[in-house]
Amino acid sequence: MLLSAILTGLVLGGTYALVAMGLTLQYGVARIMNLAYGDVIIAASFGAFVLFTALGINPLLGMLVVIPAGFVLSWLIYAVMLQPLARRSRDRGRLEGDSILATFGLLFVIQGVALVIFGAGFQSYSFLAVPVDILGTTIAANRLLAFVLAVVFGLGLWLMLTRTRFGTVIRAVAANPASAPLVGINVDSAARFAFALGGALAAAGGVVVSMYLTFSATMGVIFTMKALIVVIMGGVGNLMGALAAGLILGLVETLVASFIDPGLTLAATYLIFLAVLVIRPQGLFGKAAR
Amino acid sequence: MMKLLAALVALAALAFVPAFAGPYPLGLGIGILGYGVLATAWAMFSGPTRYISLATVAFFGLGAYTVAVLADVLPYPLVLLVAALVGLVVALIVGLATLRLAGIYFVIFTFGLTELVRQLVTYYEVNVTRTLGRYVFLPIGPEHIYWQLLALLAATLAIAFWVSRSRIGLALRVIGDDPDVASHLGVRITRTKLTLFSISCVIMTLAGAIQAPRWTYIEPSIVFNPTTSFLVVIMALLGGPNRLFGPLLGAIPLFLLFEWLSANFPNHYSIILGLLFIAIVFVLPNGVLAAGDSLWSRLTRKAVRP
Amino acid sequence: MTTLRRRTVLQGMGVSALATALAGLPVLAQDRTAIRIGYAVPKTGANAAGAGISTIPNYLLWVDDVNKAGGLELSKLGVTLPLEVVEYDDRSTTEELVRAIERLATQDNVDFILPSWGTGPNLASGPTFDRFGYPQLAATAVTDMAPDLVQRWKHSFWMLGGGHDYANALVALLVKQREAGAINNKVAIASVADGFGIDLSKAATPAFTEAGFELVYDKTYPLGTSDFAPIINEVSGLGVDTFVAFSYPPDTFALTQQAVVANFSPKVFYLGVGTAFPIYPNVAGPNHDGVMGVGGIDPDSEALAAYFERHTALNGQAPDSWASAITYASLEILQQAIERVGDLDREAVANEISTGEFDTVIGKVKLVDNQLRALWTVGQWQGGKFVGLAHTERDGARDPVVPKPAWVPAA
Repeated sequence: MLLSAILTGLVLGGTYALVAMGLTLQYGVARIMNLAYGDVIIAASFGAFVLFTALGINPLLGMLVVIPAGFVLSWLIYAVMLQPLARRSRDRGRLEGDSILATFGLLFVIQGVALVIFGAGFQSYSFLAVPVDILGTTIAANRLLAFVLAVVFGLGLWLMLTRTRFGTVIRAVAANPASAPLVGINVDSAARFAFALGGALAAAGGVVVSMYLTFSATMGVIFTMKALIVVIMGGVGNLMGALAAGLILGLVETLVASFIDPGLTLAATYLIFLAVLVIRPQGLFGKAAR
Repeated sequence: MMKLLAALVALAALAFVPAFAGPYPLGLGIGILGYGVLATAWAMFSGPTRYISLATVAFFGLGAYTVAVLADVLPYPLVLLVAALVGLVVALIVGLATLRLAGIYFVIFTFGLTELVRQLVTYYEVNVTRTLGRYVFLPIGPEHIYWQLLALLAATLAIAFWVSRSRIGLALRVIGDDPDVASHLGVRITRTKLTLFSISCVIMTLAGAIQAPRWTYIEPSIVFNPTTSFLVVIMALLGGPNRLFGPLLGAIPLFLLFEWLSANFPNHYSIILGLLFIAIVFVLPNGVLAAGDSLWSRLTRKAVRP
Repeated sequence: MTTLRRRTVLQGMGVSALATALAGLPVLAQDRTAIRIGYAVPKTGANAAGAGISTIPNYLLWVDDVNKAGGLELSKLGVTLPLEVVEYDDRSTTEELVRAIERLATQDNVDFILPSWGTGPNLASGPTFDRFGYPQLAATAVTDMAPDLVQRWKHSFWMLGGGHDYANALVALLVKQREAGAINNKVAIASVADGFGIDLSKAATPAFTEAGFELVYDKTYPLGTSDFAPIINEVSGLGVDTFVAFSYPPDTFALTQQAVVANFSPKVFYLGVGTAFPIYPNVAGPNHDGVMGVGGIDPDSEALAAYFERHTALNGQAPDSWASAITYASLEILQQAIERVGDLDREAVANEISTGEFDTVIGKVKLVDNQLRALWTVGQWQGGKFVGLAHTERDGARDPVVPKPAWVPAA
């Protein structure tokens, strides 16, 4: 029972981590507090849904279309809309205010377009909803996929950031955007790339999540907030932190549902989140705040 | 002095609005006043300290719930008093818990807190009272709600004005600028922050309590709607959180804009609203906060000189 | 599908632009060109999905049906007038809804106002409808308070029953199955912690206990729960033949998928709102067959079949098999009441709605104490239709299939 709950919780946490990783990159490196993040996820879900139901394209193959699309779209959003904001505001507080307003607008635009095209109703399809037996616990294959992707993306990106020259550039920009140019780093292009990469991760999350969650055009903000909780709890810009925080939240939710009361799951996750911040104001893996 | 007089005249004039306005303009007035109070109260703390709080709706909802729970038990003025006390107690707890947080961590903490409050209220209602919706049948018409909100707005503006002129306001701005400097200067950071945060939260709680009778039916998803918190932030940021009338001046046009868009473009409301937001950020080339910031720097210069 | 939708959207735009242009002009009886119908519905926000299934398509369909037929005949005025719509987005908030109704009543001076979607919004807008003397045809509100509410708001009409109706009908149906030896005595209930789920579980818990059932699991889960593995895993080990979830749409689908994955296939699998949605068979695939839920339709009714066809043709989606037909019927009641009264006297129309008998897609309807009491309470997917198993006034359209077919594992 306990083992089963732990496994189920880890798998659920995988979903949370997967959904949050892109945001931690976007916020940590590009310094954009992207309120439209969840709507990019929903857009990707719609993409996978259309490819699957209208064209019969398997969502796993669909990812080959949707993820690059997420990358390109986010690249464009950054280049057209956010880069001018980043350039004109040299202090962080102002960029934060501007990006909150601008991405708040973007959120409505993406949601509005989805509403016009797909209407407000629920969309759902089922893919890879097959049971997988792990140590006697039955887990849906599509949720397991989310967990595996979260771990693979998390570790892969972490290795890239810590082991490659390019990763060092990204980390330098994240750590100190003001002095990065002094060592010949193009901050603009690094931030743009990180933002686009975050968008690609959001798209990947959207495709996987659409296999087992019912979604509608107006649900993006739910993902944004969940992702923000995970990102902040893990420590801004820290991929391992996002992974750990996602898994912890999934575990807490499942353990509370199994052993205390399913009515308290969300209360417990928020309580854990608040407790972590009270004890470690910079998040689990974060450096000093700001 | 002239300004004070003008404000009093304006206030008196506004108090007569219900006498000749129809129900719909009165409804608009209530909406504008409601958001005006919330945005002004929000900016009272968040403007000078630059701590962006998303907990607005937690206090707003607590106020509404207090009224729903106690309306049949206590006389109305006492209910409002209890609501204010509930807001104060929760504000103190939250204030103490968030002392060490800064920047985005504070933002999301306050959001998480709102959701926690909503979850706990839901859990309590479901498991203890076995009902989720509550009914508020009070003989309080829209014009009474309007007058109460107007009075609350006047009180809020008066407090905000007093804060900006007093030592506590100055201390708060120093904290917002640089907490380290503030503590070296001997500013009692904790007490200052906590006081202002509490005042601001009590006002938000009252705003929720006053508006509760307008809806008749109250449930957590109605009164703890996180959109409200976001709208308040956006309104205050747009109007300039460091000016006395800034938040109000942000709330009025935005509120009317929402109203106009949802009436005339009910099917493309989202898209147009979104594009407008983006446009606003770009049209004000130095950033939306710039107006507030320039004033802010002038204020500090003035404040530092003596 | 997309083009159809776009067309309706454009139509809506045109109508509302026209309506705005006309707003404020005094309309005299003799130079009336249309009957003005107003509504504020959630087009964005949390309630948009529900309204997009049960409410908005039926409003569009009704206006289209009436106008295609040439309009409504107002015999006392000697004219036949088309319907003209003023619509607002209430953005899923009560505050906007109340103000929009004030606006419809006093600025746009519409002749009739159609209600928003859901229990909470209907309860919250009750006083406003009442204040301006507009009849309120609450077709998507489930509340046990209805008998009190009709006393308080004389022109309110409650068309979807209360929690007790659904809970008691379900328990009565299960008692029969138990007596027939089809199911055992154990029941598990999971309810969403929101107005609807709590209303039903509050009624169901004592009803099950009184009927001698053993409630081995009776818990709530918060709105917004996305993973039901813990609940299903726990329940599947309890040896229940009956699983009841008073759930909301995203949960209804997720519970089904999780139960299939965990191969938890009880003899009776009952779910809440969303089971009757046309999308449910798409979500559940072959496993939708035999699933029970709240609502239901008469599969033999020709009027209903014709309604399904018209609805699908206009909106590009089928109606749901619970509140949709009732919503449309509430509009037919309004229409017939207006035509019988012969002018737009709201007081007289409300009286007619309250006392008259009407011919609708759900059959002959006469309200009892301003409430629709002839309701399908339990439905089951059988042969691609969500057929009614239990009705408050007559026998079920079909017998329940218990046990339901075992889940077919996904390929």
